[in-house]
Amino acid sequence: MEDRFEPAVRFENVNYSIDGDLILKEVTGSFPKGRITTIVGPSGAGKSTLLKLCNGLISPDSGKILIDGRQTEEMDPVRLRRKVGIALQDAPMMDGSVFDNLEIPLVLQGKRLEPEAAQSALTDVGLPAGLLSRDSRELSGGQRQKVSIARTLINRPEVLLLDEITSSLDPASQAEIELLIKTLNDRHGTTVIWITHNIDQAVRIGDYTWVMMDGKVAETGEALLLHEPATLQVREFVKGGQV
Amino acid sequence: MTYGTLALTLIFVFIPLVLTRVLNLGLEKDLLIATIRSVIQLLAVGYLLAFVFEAESPVFILLMITLMIVAATHNVQRKGTAIPGITAKVAVTFIFIEVLTQGILLGFGIIPATPQYIIPISGMVIGNSMVLAILFLNRFTAEVEARRGEVELFLSLGGTPKQAIHPRLMQAIKASMIPTLESQKTMGLVQLPGMMSGLIIGGADPIEAVQFQLLIIFLIMTNAAVTSAMLGFLSYPTLFNGRMQLVRKLET
Repeated sequence: MEDRFEPAVRFENVNYSIDGDLILKEVTGSFPKGRITTIVGPSGAGKSTLLKLCNGLISPDSGKILIDGRQTEEMDPVRLRRKVGIALQDAPMMDGSVFDNLEIPLVLQGKRLEPEAAQSALTDVGLPAGLLSRDSRELSGGQRQKVSIARTLINRPEVLLLDEITSSLDPASQAEIELLIKTLNDRHGTTVIWITHNIDQAVRIGDYTWVMMDGKVAETGEALLLHEPATLQVREFVKGGQV
Repeated sequence: MTYGTLALTLIFVFIPLVLTRVLNLGLEKDLLIATIRSVIQLLAVGYLLAFVFEAESPVFILLMITLMIVAATHNVQRKGTAIPGITAKVAVTFIFIEVLTQGILLGFGIIPATPQYIIPISGMVIGNSMVLAILFLNRFTAEVEARRGEVELFLSLGGTPKQAIHPRLMQAIKASMIPTLESQKTMGLVQLPGMMSGLIIGGADPIEAVQFQLLIIFLIMTNAAVTSAMLGFLSYPTLFNGRMQLVRKLET
């Protein structure tokens, strides 16, 4: 399928290590533009590292990452991070209100967030506008993740990276986030790359899937591949159902 | 004070020695080393100062100040910090604070340009800066490590390293300044400051002693603010690489 789509993000022989331990090994593959790709795989497979590389929070030891055909290492890091936004694992919140947190991306550009824009940022992710003045420490897990996504979306990224945002949520909150991802993708054509632990969720929401195993790309293809994996390794992982 | 009288003060070393033996604290060796080192170091400094004061040469004054800066820098470096290339940054900070404070003191004629004034005040300034630098660097690296997620959040949203580190930097500067400010608030109430006490014992008029002590207190306020802020702004860029990425785990 890879030849048939236009890649938003492409990895070419990417290696990444920490203190001599190889976290990613010769990773090559593409994420289709305007579609939802899920990344699944056991803990420690290098999934979060992949996302941080896309956002430029870290750089590969070797190999290339291309965003719309341009190598990330040649792009201005600030522009790259606004173009390829990431909602980090655990949705870190700064002290202050929800509004204060939503305003961060604009404050970093020397701008202010208009109250109307803040309200629509919240309603876009399915949260009531009344939540704006709420202390960020008082948010529930699901609300926190949604505020984190809304904050990332303030930069209007072309690619949205979501790092395990549903793993600690109850089923109802998970369903809300799934709907939100679908809506964002349908309405704005945003390319979404997200990590999930849940295989059913990956099939349900994802158009395309990357399966990561031990720092390598084990399989990529239409999300349905998870129903019939080609390799024994991925079959066993999917059969386990969980990481 | 005669050397005979000074020898009598060793009673104050003997008391803790007996206590550490009785209570089995195992500090005998440390007590003896501390005593011997302080006797040798202070006597050496005393004779050195006597020589420098008599010579009244700017070269010797500069040499003394250089020696203080080198020793203070070495001490900060020895305390260990994860910030790369910190030695030069600490040295530059000490030189700047010394030039700034002496520039004001001498420029406005607050103190006479004699080694008797320049050297002891330089010692207090550099010594105070050294303690502040250690406090600041420990706090700063701990802040960055503990709130790494927040620093990365700012970076991930398109913030520059300066924007990402700013809250942590301010926190560390503030935290390193608080002990100085707090101790100055109670000054004179709980204990008489060292310099003032020394002047009074030396026979100076208590009001004059207070005036000099106030000078030192005000000086140390500048010292606290400038040392932490300058060291902070000099050192934070080394926590990031050219791609605006936070360097991996800081070894403390």
